[in-house]
Amino acid sequence: MKALRKFMDKLKPHFQEGGRLAKLQSVYDGMETFLFTPNTTSRSGVHVHDSNDLKRTMITVVVALMPCLLMAMLNTGHQHFLALGVAAGWGEKFLFGLLAMLPVIVVSYGVGLGIEFIAAQIHHKEIQEGFLVTGILIPLIVPINTPLWMTAVATAFAVIFAKEVFGGTGMNIFNVALVTRAFLFFAYPSEMSGDKAFIKVDSALGYGGSLPQNAIDAFSGPTPLGHVVTGDITHVPSLWDSFVGFIPGSPGETSMIAILIGAVILLFTGVASWRVMLSVFAGGAAMAALAHGCMSETYGASMLDVPTQLCLGGFAFAAVFMATDPVTGARTKTGQYIYGFLIGVIAILIRTYNSGYPEGAMLAVLLMNAFAPLIDHCVVQVNVKRRLRRARAAKNEVKV
Amino acid sequence: MAIIKLKRGYDLNLKGKVESNEVTDVKATLAAIVPDDFHGVVPRMDKKAGEHVVVGETLYHDKTHEEIKVTAPVSGTLKEVVRGERRKILAITIEPDGHNDSRTFDTKNTVKDLLLESGLWAMMRQRPYDVVPNPEARPRDIFVTAFDSAPLAPSLLTVLGDDVKYVARGVEALKTLTLGNVYIGCRPDETVEAPEAVIHTFVGPHPAGNAGIQAANVKPVNKGDTVWTLDIVTVARLGKLLATGKLDCTALVAVTGSEVKEPRLLRTVMGAAVGDLLADNLVESDKEQRIVSGNVLTGEHVTPDGFLRAPYRQITIIPEVAKRDEFMGWASLSHKKFSVHRTFLSWMCGKKERSLDAKMNGGERAIVMCGEYDRMLPMDIYGEFLIKAIIAFDIDKMEQLGIYEVAPEDFALAEFADTSKLELQYIVREGLDKMRAEME
Repeated sequence: MKALRKFMDKLKPHFQEGGRLAKLQSVYDGMETFLFTPNTTSRSGVHVHDSNDLKRTMITVVVALMPCLLMAMLNTGHQHFLALGVAAGWGEKFLFGLLAMLPVIVVSYGVGLGIEFIAAQIHHKEIQEGFLVTGILIPLIVPINTPLWMTAVATAFAVIFAKEVFGGTGMNIFNVALVTRAFLFFAYPSEMSGDKAFIKVDSALGYGGSLPQNAIDAFSGPTPLGHVVTGDITHVPSLWDSFVGFIPGSPGETSMIAILIGAVILLFTGVASWRVMLSVFAGGAAMAALAHGCMSETYGASMLDVPTQLCLGGFAFAAVFMATDPVTGARTKTGQYIYGFLIGVIAILIRTYNSGYPEGAMLAVLLMNAFAPLIDHCVVQVNVKRRLRRARAAKNEVKV
Repeated sequence: MAIIKLKRGYDLNLKGKVESNEVTDVKATLAAIVPDDFHGVVPRMDKKAGEHVVVGETLYHDKTHEEIKVTAPVSGTLKEVVRGERRKILAITIEPDGHNDSRTFDTKNTVKDLLLESGLWAMMRQRPYDVVPNPEARPRDIFVTAFDSAPLAPSLLTVLGDDVKYVARGVEALKTLTLGNVYIGCRPDETVEAPEAVIHTFVGPHPAGNAGIQAANVKPVNKGDTVWTLDIVTVARLGKLLATGKLDCTALVAVTGSEVKEPRLLRTVMGAAVGDLLADNLVESDKEQRIVSGNVLTGEHVTPDGFLRAPYRQITIIPEVAKRDEFMGWASLSHKKFSVHRTFLSWMCGKKERSLDAKMNGGERAIVMCGEYDRMLPMDIYGEFLIKAIIAFDIDKMEQLGIYEVAPEDFALAEFADTSKLELQYIVREGLDKMRAEME
C-alpha cells in the first residue's frame, strides 16, 4: 500500500491548482479518498467521529443490491435460452446474463459518474457518492433490450435535470434512477413496453444464440403483467415461480427472494427505513385486497390475489430499493408511514385500473416523491402547533 | 421525586476511565481565564498585566452589562493578557503565588449581587441562546444538573466531595431569584439533598446529563421564557460563598482518555495549565496526541501549553490519527472500526471499550440519512428540520421548530453519529448568535 500511497503523492502536484491536470482535480480527489480514508481530523465541535460515512452507506446499498444483480443475470440468460428453445446449463445462462448486462452497467456508471465528476469540478466540491447506488439501480430497472444509447441519454437526462440542477446528492426531489426509467418510458414507449422489451433474443457480445430476423419480428414475450393488463390471467406464473424469479420482466425486479435478501441487509444495517418498507407492502396489500374483493373482468389485475399482486412486477423492488431512498422520501417517522402506504396503494391502483400502464410502482414512487415534502411539512407542523399551544398555555398560567 | 426515562442518546464507551477515587493534589504553576468560555460576555479589562489579584477579584466585566464580572480563580500576579487577531482577548494568565488568598464578600448583599460580583454569574447559562444570563431578565425556572453523562466524565458528586453539604444552601439562594422552581436532575444512585429544590432522576444514556435536555423533559422552554442552567458544582460554590464569605475555585479534575498512562483525579484550581495536570502521565508515542479540555464531544482542543477550561472538570487525551492512510477504509470488515450504525461490524463486539481518534472518517456531505439526529436528541424537536432552518437562517422556522430550547452541546452526539459529517454544534452556535443579534 505504501507504494500506492507514494505513487498517489507523486501525482498530487499535477492535479492541484496550477498543475497541468488541475482540471481533473475532482477526479484525483475522488480516487484518493476512494483508495485511502482521508487523514483529516476534526477542526471544530466533536473530537471523535463515527466511522460511518456516506461512502459506506452507499456501498451497503450496493451490497444489498448484489443478490438482485446476480439473479438478474441468471434470469436474463434463462429467459434467453428459453425463448430460443435451447437447453443450457446454469453456468451458460449466467454467463449470457453477465455479458448482456455488463454493457448496460458500464454505460450507466460511465455516463452518470462522468457527469458527477464534471459537476464536482465546476463547483469545486468533493465528488458525492449518490450515483454509486443509482448507477447499479439503472441496469436493474431498464428492460434488457433497451438500446444502450437510449440508456445513456436517459441517464444523462436524469443525472443533470433530476439531480445536479437541484444541487447534487442529497438535494434531489425525484429518485434519479426512476427518472431515468420514466424518461425512457415516455420518450421511447414502443421500445420500453410491450412484447419485445424484456427478453433478449439476440446474442450478447457475441455469446449465446440468435433467433433469425423473421423469428425476432414474430417473437412475443411480454411480462406476466403485460398479459394481465389485456385481461388474460392464464399466463400468470405460479406464486413460487414469481417468488424465485424465473419470469420475464425488468432484470432486477423479478426475483422476490433476491429482493428480500436485500431488504434484510438494508433493514439490519439501518440504512433503509423499515417504516417505509413495511407500509408500502401494507398499502399494496390493502389495495390489492380491495381490488380483489370488487373483482371485475374489465380489469385483469383485479382477478389476482394479494400475494400474487405483491410478487409480480416491480412492486417489491420499488418497495425495498426505491421508496426507501431517504433523500426523496418522507423524513419524519409518521410521514414515512403515510408516504409508504400511499405508494403501495397507488402502485396497485394504477396497475389494476389503468389499462395504459401494466405496472404502477414507478409512477407511484415518483408521484409520492413529489408529495413527500408536503407530508413532512404536515407532520412537522403538528410539532410546531404543539409548541405554540404549550407557549400559550404557559402564558395563560402566568396571567392567572 | 419523579423518574424520567430517556431512550434516545448513546453512551460512548471510551478507554481511559478513572477507576479509583484517590485524589492527587497538583499545584498549578500557571492558571488562566479564557473569555471564550463565557459566551455572550464582551470583555473590558479591569486589571493590567503585573497587578496582583486574589481569588474572586474582578479581572474583567462585560461591555454592555457592566455588572457581569469574571473573576480570578487563584491569587497571584496577572502575568499576561494574551491577545489575538483584532486584539481579541484569548486568555488572561495568572501566576499563582501559592497562598490562595480570597477576597471576602459581604454575604448580606442580595444573592444576585453576590453572584455577579463573585463571578459565579458567568458560570451560569441562560436559554434561549445558551449565553451568560442577562441580569435584567428574571428566570422562569432554574435547572441544575447533578451529573455529567458525557464520555469519561467524572461523577459530579465525586468532584464535589465534602462540599456537597453546601448544595442545599446554594439552592435556597437560587430559589430567591426565580418565580418558578429550582429543578435538580440526578442519577438514581447519586441523589442530593436539597429541600427547596424539585428533584428529578434521569435514567438513560448521554445527553441525559445536559441541563437543557433535562429542562426539555421537565418543563420545556417556550418563546419568551428565560431559563437558567448550571451544574451542581456551581451551586455548591455559591452555597460555600454564602456560608464562608469566600469564593472557592479549587476544582477536582479527571484526567482521562486512551493516551493517558494512568487516568486519575487531581485537585487543582479552575483554569490550571494543562502541562501541570498531565506532567508525565501521557502515553509515550511517536504519534500526535490531541488534548481536549473537557470531554470528547463538547470540549476544546488545546495545545500542551493550554489551560483547563472553566466549564469542564475533565481533560481527555486521544490519538490525533491512530492509523494514517488507511487503505479503502470504507470497505473495512474490521470490527475495530467503531460505529453506532450497523453498517460496520463493530456491533458484534457489543459495548466494548473503544479508543477513538480525532479522524473525521469521511467528507462533509448534504444531509442524506434521516432520523440520525432525532435518535441522539431526547427532546420533542425535529433536529434535522431545525438544522436546515438554521442553515437557511429562516427566523420564523427556527422559532417554530424550537431553537430557544437547544444549545450546541445538545447536538454534540448527533454530530458524532452524523453520516454527513456536518458541524452541527457550530451551526447551532451560529444560529443562536444570529438569532440573538436579531432579537435583542
